[in-house]
Amino acid sequence: MSAAAPAEAGLFDCRDSFAATIESLAEQDARIVTVVSDSVGSSKLAGFRKKWPERMVNVGIAEQTLVAVGAGLANGGKVPFVSAASCFITGRAMEQVKADIAYSNVNVKLIGQSSGVAYGELGPTHHSIEDMAWLRLFNNLTLIVPADPWQTEQAIRAAAVMDGPVFVRISRMPVPALARKHARFEIGKAETLMEGNDAAIIANGTMVHRAVAAARALAVEGISARVINMATVNPLDEAAILAAAETGAIVTVEEHSVRGGLGGAVAEIVTANTPVPMRIMGFPGFVPTGSAAWLMEHFGLTETGIADAVRQTIARK
Amino acid sequence: MVYEAQLGHPGGDFSSADILAALYFGVLRFDPTKPGDPGRDRFVMSKGHCTGAFYAVLAAAGYFPEAELTTYMEPQSRLNGHPNRNYLPGVETNTGPLGHGLPVATGIAIAGQMDGADFRTFVLTGDGELQEGSNWEAALTAGHRKLENLTVIIDRNRLQQGARTEETASLDPLDDKWRAFGWHVETIDGHDPDQLLAMLSASPKGRGKPLCVIANTIKGKGVSFMHDNVDWHHGVPNKEQYEQAMAELV
Repeated sequence: MSAAAPAEAGLFDCRDSFAATIESLAEQDARIVTVVSDSVGSSKLAGFRKKWPERMVNVGIAEQTLVAVGAGLANGGKVPFVSAASCFITGRAMEQVKADIAYSNVNVKLIGQSSGVAYGELGPTHHSIEDMAWLRLFNNLTLIVPADPWQTEQAIRAAAVMDGPVFVRISRMPVPALARKHARFEIGKAETLMEGNDAAIIANGTMVHRAVAAARALAVEGISARVINMATVNPLDEAAILAAAETGAIVTVEEHSVRGGLGGAVAEIVTANTPVPMRIMGFPGFVPTGSAAWLMEHFGLTETGIADAVRQTIARK
Repeated sequence: MVYEAQLGHPGGDFSSADILAALYFGVLRFDPTKPGDPGRDRFVMSKGHCTGAFYAVLAAAGYFPEAELTTYMEPQSRLNGHPNRNYLPGVETNTGPLGHGLPVATGIAIAGQMDGADFRTFVLTGDGELQEGSNWEAALTAGHRKLENLTVIIDRNRLQQGARTEETASLDPLDDKWRAFGWHVETIDGHDPDQLLAMLSASPKGRGKPLCVIANTIKGKGVSFMHDNVDWHHGVPNKEQYEQAMAELV
């Protein structure tokens, strides 16, 4: 099957979409403030700071206070967007995310920037391939992993209007704008980008456009693979997963560890309902030194690697 | 409450009781029927394990019926071992793990500063919990931003769960530490209502710094056998001890 060409040519850094959206929202809603930990540049918030220096709180290199100050600002009536590198806002401040944000159930938006292996050569201290597994344990924390600039804008806008804690995971890896017939975003609703009945590929974030490319390659061989963009990891779109299981073969792909992320979440639903062969694609754990592009190639998170996984999983039906 | 629940932290409850009473009945502006009022003064109970004292004061302040205190830590009671804002009005943020109150209170005070609001934010910490690094991150930010609307009260009973603070990871000179972080520091007797009321109700306007009140207290204050005794950080009195304690407290 064929899909329409991308609406916009070229590649995009979703952080730019985040920055433009937060500025647009801040113009309309005086309650919106940003909180950073010396992470203005890496969050692309220099423009926000220039426009509203009094509405940005920079706590310095102090992630526990970063997250806790977000909780306090919400108590004081603000809608804080708390933005820092995903590896630090999660791992370094996990108890604040748990107690001050999730368990306290406050209206704070956490933005995990440059997630996955975007900081490739800097190594596993700076990779954030554990974040979804950690955060998925907090049942009331909405988790969104947008796949392209349009969806990033939608995710930020949806987070802003929702009353409750949200974590949005944003990559700095360049991605194309996805082609969509029906551009609609709703928290908790998966997006089917390609129809197919031989297998289903469930992906999110930077892996979605690769999944689409793999499905197109498979279509040439006569294999019809459904491509589901599972941008919301919590709450999960269980109906979309159960429908995917009807194809008889599921491959999940994420820029994350294979342990406990999107793949784990999908497997929890599939095994409890309609067990079918599954393959969980991602990183095995701490990875060797290399650029993000090299790491994805090395671990098969490519069009070719995903297509191979689909063929192998179909063979296990 | 601790005797009925057969659980709790009575030592810290008694060291902080006078501070809490002064705050709720002489300092804080609040209406228990409007716990979400944007203009309310905020109180954050960072030493969240001392719910025995905190809940007793919240009930006396009118946030919930005093009769409910008998449900302390019972299954499905709103009176969890550590306070939960989603269950109980008057709780600003969920605490329990140490070193969480001051950073959240700092965020509340920043919101007030941004808006030019006149509400104040108070946070009560234990002294042992100052060993948590998160406090010092927040102290740095609060000092830097000159949050005069923020007051931290340290329940300085000099005992932590296992031993004296100064034998574990010494805090002294505690006043100098806070001054170095940009705070105005005062040391008072944390069991003297007059000193507490005078210190905490004075207007912060023009101080230009957050206020740190080191309140010297005695763990287990009011009960002779708990008095300054590390064994009563958490502990449950037996029947004879309970009766003796109640007699002494009356």
